[in-house]
Amino acid sequence: MDVFDIYLLEAVLNGLLLGGLLALLSLGLNLIFGVIDVVWICYAELIMCGMYAVYYLYVQYHWPLLLAMPSAIAIVALLGVILHQFVIRPVLGAEPINQLLVTGGVLFFLQAAATLAFGIDFKNLGVALPSISVGEMSFSASRLLAFAVALAGMVGMYLFLKRSYLGTAIRAISQDRAIMPLMGVNPTRIFLITSALGGALAGLAACLLVLQYDIHPAIGLSFGPITFLICVLGGLGNMLGGFIAAFLFAQFISVGGYFFHLEWGYVFAFVFFIAVMFWRPRGILDGN
Amino acid sequence: MNAFKYAALAVLAAVPLFGIGNYPLHLLIQVLLWGYIYTSWSLMGRLGLVSFGHGAFMGIGAYGVVMLWNHYGISPWLGAVAAMVATALTAAVIGYPCFRFKIVGHYFALVTLALSEVARLLIVALRDQTGGSLGATPNSDLHAGATASVAALQFTDKRVWFYIVFAVWLGGLWIWRVMDRSMGRIALQAISEEEEAAASIGIHVTRAKLQVTVVSALMTCVGGILYAQYQLYINPDTVSGIAISLQMVFGVIAGGMFVRLGPTVGAAFTLLLAEGLRYWFGNKYPALDSTLYGMMLVLFIIFMPKGILGAATEGWRRASGATAPARV
Repeated sequence: MDVFDIYLLEAVLNGLLLGGLLALLSLGLNLIFGVIDVVWICYAELIMCGMYAVYYLYVQYHWPLLLAMPSAIAIVALLGVILHQFVIRPVLGAEPINQLLVTGGVLFFLQAAATLAFGIDFKNLGVALPSISVGEMSFSASRLLAFAVALAGMVGMYLFLKRSYLGTAIRAISQDRAIMPLMGVNPTRIFLITSALGGALAGLAACLLVLQYDIHPAIGLSFGPITFLICVLGGLGNMLGGFIAAFLFAQFISVGGYFFHLEWGYVFAFVFFIAVMFWRPRGILDGN
Repeated sequence: MNAFKYAALAVLAAVPLFGIGNYPLHLLIQVLLWGYIYTSWSLMGRLGLVSFGHGAFMGIGAYGVVMLWNHYGISPWLGAVAAMVATALTAAVIGYPCFRFKIVGHYFALVTLALSEVARLLIVALRDQTGGSLGATPNSDLHAGATASVAALQFTDKRVWFYIVFAVWLGGLWIWRVMDRSMGRIALQAISEEEEAAASIGIHVTRAKLQVTVVSALMTCVGGILYAQYQLYINPDTVSGIAISLQMVFGVIAGGMFVRLGPTVGAAFTLLLAEGLRYWFGNKYPALDSTLYGMMLVLFIIFMPKGILGAATEGWRRASGATAPARV
């Protein structure tokens, strides 16, 4: 096979676009883990809720899309706060594994509740963005948009954490959970704000995903696992590591799917993940 | 106490002889089968090794046996041996580096999660052989009017299945006890609580963990084989992947993983909850049981982290005035 195949280049570039989206997905989860030290196993289910929110506001209640999307982001941010207040807070002192499992229970609950409330049929926003052709290659505009917005969201998050007072407090808490309360940082408040931010990032991801995929109650399972694996590969809580890992994973999926079948792309990505874990158990950027 | 235990077992063993209907018998088989699988999982879970990878072991068992039978006509008895060898290898290949490099807690859970997703995706990707998402059915070996084929491990009489599953379930509980006795509760607990300290008093941590993992994986593989042969239908989502792995973890949490019968109680509880809700509400609200189930899980983990049986035995001990140990 010709290595400089134009379709291979297309697969690589599409992988790059997918990488941006995956990086955004992992960013919220990494933020939560870095600050609160809890993995939201139900993170992808929050995204699912956001997708339904966009769908119902736009299709059912005929809100303009540019109003429906920010509202969906706000709704998921609120869900994040509720999740922290009523589910995470009671187990903050419990064993870490209970904290992992309790959000797994939320995963079950949200998925089943969505089935109960919205039914199992696939729902589609009915907004089709055109595809853009460059030479013989074609890219969907929704992917390009998702890539651009995901990058913008990440830059925004970076600036917020680096430049603002609140962001500095969040970073401080994530570096030393024990000492910061003594320095006058209120961890409860910071945790709630972080949860809202994590929720908002999930909501943003939902707005981008809803343009590309049909919505159904089990959609979280199709990109939930991959998001966790990206975070672990990059080192849980390490946002830069997650960013790099997202692009690596996306290439495996896209190029592996190009040479073989789509599932094989995922199989390669997961096997790669397991192999890397044995080499760098604390993530690819870990020096030791 | 012992007399009471054996009497209860005898009653349970006699249940099918009283001609209870097929449906109650089916429920009983399900409780024992899942109780056995949850027990297998708990062997690791109670050591703090929370595995989301057991879906892979169950999948290897179920698909290994059915594929060998359908494509090569290899009897499930031989197929079981092959599947168990494959399972032990997989468990060792994943487990050894994890324990060697001290991949614990979240990281262990998520590495094993990747394993069960790999199993599910492989089954889907090999759709020409496995039937993909549509699932697979073992070819029937029951010729005209026959009700049993020992070679093909196919029986139409549910009572046969009851006794097979009953025996395997008892075997699982026996392994649990043997493990407690051979390694000593103290060594097991030492590993789960303070790994460095356990190593410093001469416990070979990596080897101990690996043994438990391989045993637990093999038992789960057997569970997958029995599931496939009993249901005569498997698909990637019911025997592998993240969903089934989570189901195991949560069934165990509901019942309690630190007491021997806890996982079985969890299996009975979750199954009866699902069936009860279906009975009351019919099929009008298809996901109502899972919704309540999810909500209960969250409440369980927050308020009753030792599960139904765990909390019950603790309460009973306190009520009977015995001095309960600080941690069970």
